[in-house]
Amino acid sequence: MKRKTQKTFKLGGVHPSQNKLSANVPIETLGLPKQVSIPLSQNLGAPAVPIVKKGDPVKVGTLIARGKAFISANLHSSVSGKVFKVDDVLDASGYKSKAIVINVEGDEWEESIDRSDTLIKDITPEPGAIVEKIKTMGIVGLGGAAFPAHIKYMVGEDKKIDTLVVNGVECEPYLTSDHRLMLERADEILVGIQVMKKAGKVDRAIIGIESNKPDAIENMQSKASAYPGTEVVPLKTQYPQGAEKQLVKALLNREIPSGKLPLDVGCVVNNIGTALAIYEAVQKNKPLVERVVTLTGKKLKKRANFLVRIGVPAAMLLEALGEEMPENTRKIISGGPMMGKALNSLDIPVTKGTSGFVLMDESEARRREPGNCIRCARCVSACPMGLEPYLLEKIAEKGMFDMCEAQAILDCIECGSCSYICPSARPLLDYIRYGKVNVMRIMRERR
Amino acid sequence: MDKNNRLVVSLSPHQEGDLKVEKIMWGVVIALSPAFLASVYFYGLNAIRVVALAVIFCIGSEYIIQKFLLKYKEKVSAFDGSAAVTGLLLAFNVPGNIPWWQLLTGSIVAIGVAKMAFGGLGKNPFNPALVGRAFMLASFPVHMTTWPKPLENVWSVGADAVTSATPLGILKEGLKAGQTVEQMADQFPGYVDMFIGNMGGCIGEVSALAILIGGIFMLYKKIITWHIPVFYLLSLAGFIGVFYLVDKSADPLFHILAGGAMLGAWFMATDMVTSPMSIKGQILFAIGGGILCGAIRIFGSYPEGCSYSILIMNAFVPLIDKYLKPRRFGKEVSNA
Repeated sequence: MKRKTQKTFKLGGVHPSQNKLSANVPIETLGLPKQVSIPLSQNLGAPAVPIVKKGDPVKVGTLIARGKAFISANLHSSVSGKVFKVDDVLDASGYKSKAIVINVEGDEWEESIDRSDTLIKDITPEPGAIVEKIKTMGIVGLGGAAFPAHIKYMVGEDKKIDTLVVNGVECEPYLTSDHRLMLERADEILVGIQVMKKAGKVDRAIIGIESNKPDAIENMQSKASAYPGTEVVPLKTQYPQGAEKQLVKALLNREIPSGKLPLDVGCVVNNIGTALAIYEAVQKNKPLVERVVTLTGKKLKKRANFLVRIGVPAAMLLEALGEEMPENTRKIISGGPMMGKALNSLDIPVTKGTSGFVLMDESEARRREPGNCIRCARCVSACPMGLEPYLLEKIAEKGMFDMCEAQAILDCIECGSCSYICPSARPLLDYIRYGKVNVMRIMRERR
Repeated sequence: MDKNNRLVVSLSPHQEGDLKVEKIMWGVVIALSPAFLASVYFYGLNAIRVVALAVIFCIGSEYIIQKFLLKYKEKVSAFDGSAAVTGLLLAFNVPGNIPWWQLLTGSIVAIGVAKMAFGGLGKNPFNPALVGRAFMLASFPVHMTTWPKPLENVWSVGADAVTSATPLGILKEGLKAGQTVEQMADQFPGYVDMFIGNMGGCIGEVSALAILIGGIFMLYKKIITWHIPVFYLLSLAGFIGVFYLVDKSADPLFHILAGGAMLGAWFMATDMVTSPMSIKGQILFAIGGGILCGAIRIFGSYPEGCSYSILIMNAFVPLIDKYLKPRRFGKEVSNA
């Protein structure tokens, strides 16, 4: 690859070891389980409201819960069969939450869904209809935060979008689902991007991909040339480049002001996976019922990128790999190691926001004992938001939440760069989260 | 859940860097080794004696304080490398023929008073080695300012070596006696000798070359950033330069190579515990230190001002940290 200076964000950042062990494993479709549980709260914002009851027959793609609040998303059945119950089910948070449990019978899809492989390039619906379609099909951001996708395109009259930023960075170590999608589903992704461009009424789309995925850059670049106004930009590998603010800074050199959204600098940011889901929703009439999930870990003999129906128990992925849980497994992470959640069980369903599962053994899972802060200032130089993690940790621990607020603790994007880099293994992000929660509580009380 | 579930549930991040405090501290020790070798070359067995004693005294003080005074049950931090760094720096800041008991006193003050009394590693406001040195200079002024001649009697141990004055000492005495710099010129070592370290002085500070090698090693290993040493030396040179132009005092290069400026700029001012957190703060800290060092050398009664300049700036670090913040992302943006 050409070795010219690549774009990246300038403030802060770290270089965790990549461990992209599953990068060369093609996407494989996972079989059907006996039962799925589809949590009602899979998106950022309000949970969806169920519209089915016990015993109702459903097909793949049947609407089963409606997103009624402004920030909420529809849910569709990912299997065909009968609703077994609407009950509390353990989810990735470690708590139980309401989910629709469906017993699987056969694999019958809603007739309206186009399941053929033909690439439909012509985009017929008008922008308003596209946004409505994205909403109806329950599309959320597949990068991890699961923010309902249609809201990003509901732009007020006073705001103008000029660039669509497509996030193919996948800066989290281990995860490879977006990487595989860019290799295997590039055409559909690119049409999806055209759909998004039309929805946002923009002419320009930039796809940012980190240079640790040269094959994905090459593939996307060669195919994107057929779409004027869609450009692939290689980025220097640096964590957390996939964070919205850092990505916009890296690609467009625009800095999203504190407390503002990409919209405020004329951008909409969507993930590669979301582009594919939008393609399928708008062009193929297919709701978000499946996604690609990476299953990886150093101690696994095989790793995989599975195309998984939403609601499938995570344990099934390991079974499909034909492997036992490796002995000495001490941590299972939903998501990547930098921002993912540690699970206490694999009996949780895959949701729209699940990008992967990482298994870690004793040596990786254990945190070191924290020592004294030696004021080395590495957390300060690693913070991509220009904060002072050492200070925030100290004052949050002491309960000085007013000062936390003044020191812009809410700017923290919880990327974990500070805790990662700390030579004393201080629990920096843990206390910053504690501070953030309290500052937000205080702000709510003030209102 | 089955009772064999031994999964760890903790908050992210679940991956950590391989940088550890020990790695940083022993990295500094490695960076100090060229200066140590230079000191052995110029001062022979005396240098080995002083360095070994100071390191043992410092690690020993920390161990004894933690084990018997604070009664730590486990994890004594005496061997994390930071006490070794303090010991090395203290040794580098004393003349080669210093009596062992004076070194012991300095070590106890450095570790016990300047470091452990404040809560140990990371909590000390002042650089421990410099506090130890300042204490020794105030308590044992004669021994602390009698330097053995380099490259002579390197195989003997003790205080019987031929003594020589440091370049800064010659300068100070000469100016006091009313001589001009030109008149003193033949008493000064040449710049090459000063760069290599062939001059009187404390054992670790004489060789600018060796210190530079260690400093570049630390930059390469990303233990320090370039800001503090570069700005410290530049501001020292700038401050001296003004006086050089006005009344023909010794030139800036002389002041950088003489005395402890190089050792101070690369190894003492960069001590992460006692320097500011933000780059802006570090630059201010370094500029302030350089100016103070120059001011003490020109106006003070001591010929040398490096260690005091750093100690004084150490006191300003909390203030600097309070007001000089790193640039926040998304604050005062122009493109919005």
